Amino acid sequence: MENVWSIENVWNAIGMALQNWLAGFLPAWLVTLIMDLLVIVVLLAIGIVAVLILSFLERKVAARAGDRYGPNRWGPYGVLQPFADAIKMLIKEDIVPHVADRFSFNLAPVIVTVGAVMTYAVLPFGRNMVAANLNIGILYFAAVGSLSIIGLLTAGWGSRNKYALISAFRSVAQLITYEVPLALCIICVVMLAGSLSTQDIVLAQQERGWFFLLMPGIFILYFLAASAEMIRCPFDLLEADSEIVAGHFIEYSGMKFALFFLAEYIHLFAGSAMMVTLFFGGWLGPWLPSWLWFLIKTFVVIFVFMWIRNTFPRIRIDQVLKIGWKVMVPAGLVGLAITGFVDKLIADTLIAGVVLFVCNIALIVGVSYFMGRAQRQKEMAAEGAALR
Amino acid sequence: MLTHEEILSRLRERFPEAVLDVPEGMIDFTIVIAPQAWHDVALFLRDELGYDFLTNVTAVDWPDRFEVVYHLYGVQAGHPLLTIKLPVTDKENPVVPSVVDVWRSADFQEREEYDLMGIRFEDHPNLKRIMMWEGYEGHPLRKDFQNRTYSYAELEPTRKATPDW
Amino acid sequence: MSVQIPPTERLRTDTIQINMGPHHPSTHGVFRMVLTLDGETVVDLEPRFGYLHRGIEKTAEERTYVQNVPFTDRLDYICGITNNWAYALALEKLAGIEVPERAEYIRVILGELTRVMNHMLAIGFLWNDLGATTFTPVVYAFRERERILDLIEMAAGSRMMPSYIRAGGVVADLPEEFMPRLQKLVPHLKRFIDEMDTMLTKNEIFRARAVGVGVLKAKDAINAGISGPVLRASGVPYDIRKVDSYSIYDRFDFEVPVHTAGDVYARYLQRLAEARQSLRIIEQAMRDIPEGPVTSLPYKQLSRLKPPKGEAYGRIESPKGELGFYLVSDGSNKPYRFRIRSTSLLNLTLLREMCIGHKVADVVTILGSIDITLGDVDR
Repeated sequence: MENVWSIENVWNAIGMALQNWLAGFLPAWLVTLIMDLLVIVVLLAIGIVAVLILSFLERKVAARAGDRYGPNRWGPYGVLQPFADAIKMLIKEDIVPHVADRFSFNLAPVIVTVGAVMTYAVLPFGRNMVAANLNIGILYFAAVGSLSIIGLLTAGWGSRNKYALISAFRSVAQLITYEVPLALCIICVVMLAGSLSTQDIVLAQQERGWFFLLMPGIFILYFLAASAEMIRCPFDLLEADSEIVAGHFIEYSGMKFALFFLAEYIHLFAGSAMMVTLFFGGWLGPWLPSWLWFLIKTFVVIFVFMWIRNTFPRIRIDQVLKIGWKVMVPAGLVGLAITGFVDKLIADTLIAGVVLFVCNIALIVGVSYFMGRAQRQKEMAAEGAALR
Repeated sequence: MLTHEEILSRLRERFPEAVLDVPEGMIDFTIVIAPQAWHDVALFLRDELGYDFLTNVTAVDWPDRFEVVYHLYGVQAGHPLLTIKLPVTDKENPVVPSVVDVWRSADFQEREEYDLMGIRFEDHPNLKRIMMWEGYEGHPLRKDFQNRTYSYAELEPTRKATPDW
Repeated sequence: MSVQIPPTERLRTDTIQINMGPHHPSTHGVFRMVLTLDGETVVDLEPRFGYLHRGIEKTAEERTYVQNVPFTDRLDYICGITNNWAYALALEKLAGIEVPERAEYIRVILGELTRVMNHMLAIGFLWNDLGATTFTPVVYAFRERERILDLIEMAAGSRMMPSYIRAGGVVADLPEEFMPRLQKLVPHLKRFIDEMDTMLTKNEIFRARAVGVGVLKAKDAINAGISGPVLRASGVPYDIRKVDSYSIYDRFDFEVPVHTAGDVYARYLQRLAEARQSLRIIEQAMRDIPEGPVTSLPYKQLSRLKPPKGEAYGRIESPKGELGFYLVSDGSNKPYRFRIRSTSLLNLTLLREMCIGHKVADVVTILGSIDITLGDVDR
C-alpha cells in the first residue's frame, strides 16, 4: 500500500512502515496479530499518558481557581508531579481488610478499568485513525461504558464497609439513571448523521455543520448526562469526600486504588472525546493535522469539566435522581421528537438546521422556566417557616 | 419586665415553702429554691413569668453541700438575668429533679453535671456520661478529686472490649 | 421521636447504623455522630462528645485569674478575641473593675473583626461541606482571614491565641500602623463580602440544597438555649449586644438582621448580613476612638487580683452565640468555680430534631450551618 508521509498521516505512516518491515520475514497471520497487539498497546498507552496529564491538570486548574499555585515542586512548574504520584501509589502497601470478600475485592478494580479502557476502541483520533471502525461504534461505546457500574457495585460490596455500600447503592442508582438521557441524545445525533459509526458521524458533521450548533439543547443535555456518567462535580456525590469519604474505594490502597484512579481519568478522557466526536466535529478543522485538532478539542472540553468542578457545590443524590428522571428524560424525549420531525419532514438541510436550532433554544428556555418555577415555589413555602 | 419584688411575691404566693432564701449583696439577683419543689417552680417560671431561656446549668462543690445553679433569661418578654440555686445537702447521693421537659437546653448540661460532679437528675431521659468515657469511675470536678496522671494499665480495664454504639 | 417505617407485605426493610466518626473531614473537629438510616433518610441521630475534653474547668481552679486567660483562647480557637472578652467581662463584673474608654473601643474593633472573620470562615466551610470540593470558597475566605489575622498579630503579638483582652482593659496599646491598615482593610472587606454575596447567594444548586433543610422553629430554638446567628435566622431578634448593652455597644448604630426561614439558607444569609453590620460598627469605632490609657489594672495588680467573695455570670455575643462565664470566688486569688457556658454545646441540642427526615448529605450541611467549634463543645 502506498505510504504517504505527512504530518497529518504520520501515525498511520509509521504503522504501515512497521507492518511492511515485519511482513518481510514473518508469516501474514503473525504480522496481523502483532499489529493488532500493537494497536492495543498504543491505546493503553494513550490512556495512561492521558491519565498522567489529566491528574496533573486537575490539580493545577483547581489551584488556579483558588488563587494558589498547585504542585510546583517536582520539575519545572510541577510537571513531574504525576510521576511522583504514580511511584507513590505503586509502592504503597496493598491492604485487604480481614473481613472483606477477597474475590470481589480484587476483581472490582479490574472490571472498572477494563470497562473504561475498552471504550477507546471506537474513538476517532484522526482522519483514518480509529482502532476498530465498527459500524455500531456508538452502541458499542455506550454498552461497554456501562461495564464499570458492575465494578463499582462489586467494590462496594466486597469492601464490607457500610460507607462503601452506601456509595455503591448511590452509584448504581445514579449511573443507571443517566444512561437514559445519554442514550436519547446519542440517538438524536445518530438520526442526523444517519449512521452509528463514529467516523461517519464526524464526516456527517463536515457536511451539515457541527452538531452543537445545530442542537444546542441536546448538547447541554448530553453534557450534563455525561458529567453524571463520569462522576464529575456537580454529580460527584458518589465520591464525596466531605460525607462518605471517597465512597466505594474507601478500603483500597496501593495499586488497586491506582487502578480506580486510572479508570476515572480514562473514563473522563473517553467521555470528553466522545462529546467532541458527537458534537464538536471530531477531528475536523482547517490546516492543523486532524489528530491535533482532536486532542485540542478534547482538552478544551476537559478543561470545561474541571472548571465546572471547581465552581459548583454538589447536588444531593435524591435531587440528582429527581433531575435525571423528571427533567432530563422528558427533555430528551422532546428533543428526540423534535429532531425526528425536523429531520424527516424538512428536506433542505440548511432550513432544517435553522429550525432545529430554534427548537432547541425553545427547549432550553422551557426546561429552565419549569425548573425555576418549581424552585421558586419551594422557596416561597420556606419563607417564615421558623415562625409557624 | 418584672421587678425583683414582683418575682419574689408571685413565687412566694404560689409556692410558699419552696423559696428558701434570697441572699443579700449578690451581684446577680439570686433565689434559693428547695430541690423537691424545683420542677413545679420551673414550670411556673416558664409559663407564668415568661422565663423561657435557660442559659446555664452548673454545679458548685462547697464543703457542706452541692449547689446546682441555673441562669434564666426571658427572651420574648425581655427579662434580665435570674439565678436560681438548689442546695443539695446529701453529698453521698445528690439527687435533683431534672427540667429537661421544661427547657430542652438542660439536656446536655445536666448530663455534664452528672458526669463531672456526680449529681443525679431524676427523670432525665438519657443520663449517660457525656465528656468522660462510659466505664470511667469517679467525678472529676469534685473538690476531693485528685488531679493526677493516669497510667495506661490503670485505664485499660475501664475500656470496653467492644465499643458500644 | 423516631420515624415509623411501615413494613410492606413481602419486603422487609431494615435500618442501618453508621458512625460518622471522630475522624471525618466534615465534622468540624473530633465530633462523633451515630446515624441510623433507612436507605438514605436519617431516622435517628445521636451525638457523642468528649473527644476534645481537656478539663479546662478543673485545671482553672488551680491557677490564678490571670493565668486562666490563655485557657480561654483555646475554647473557640477560631475566635480567640471574643473568648478573652467574655472572661474579662465576667471577671470585671465579679471584682467591680472599671475599663477605660480607649480599651473599650479597641475591644469593640477587634471583636467585630473577629466576627467578620468567623462568619466568612463559616460560609466558606459550609460550602466545603456542600461539596465545592477543591476548597475554592474556603481558600478565598482564608485569604481575607489572613489579612485580619495580620491585624490581630500586630495588636496582640499572636495570630490565633491572642490573650489580648484581660480584666481591666487590653494588654498593650495598638501600634501606629494599626489604624491606617485597618482603614484600608475595611472597604476591602466590604467589597469581599459583596463579592461573596454575588457569587454564592444566587447559586441554584446551593439553593436547592439549602432551602428548607434543617428548619429550626423559633419556639424550639428559645427553649433549647440556642443563641447567635442560628437563633436570629429562626426569626427571634435577640442579640446580646442590644439586650445587655455590655461594653459600649449602646453608642453604636447598627441593626440586628433577622431571617424567618430558619433553614440553612437563612443562616447563610444571616451571617452575611451580620458581617456587614460588623463592618459598620468598626467604621464608627475607628472614627470615635479616643486617646487614653488602655488598662486600669496593670499586670502587677492583675496577677495578684483577689476578688471579694461572690459570684457573677457574664456573657457576650460571640460570633457563634452566647458565650458566658460563671465565676465563683472565695476570696483567694484562684477561682473556686470556673464555669464556661459553652456556645456550641447548646447550639447542638436540637441537632437530632433538625436532621431527622433528611438525607445523609443534609446532616453534614446542617452541622456546617450551625457552625460549631469542638474546643468550645468539649472544653
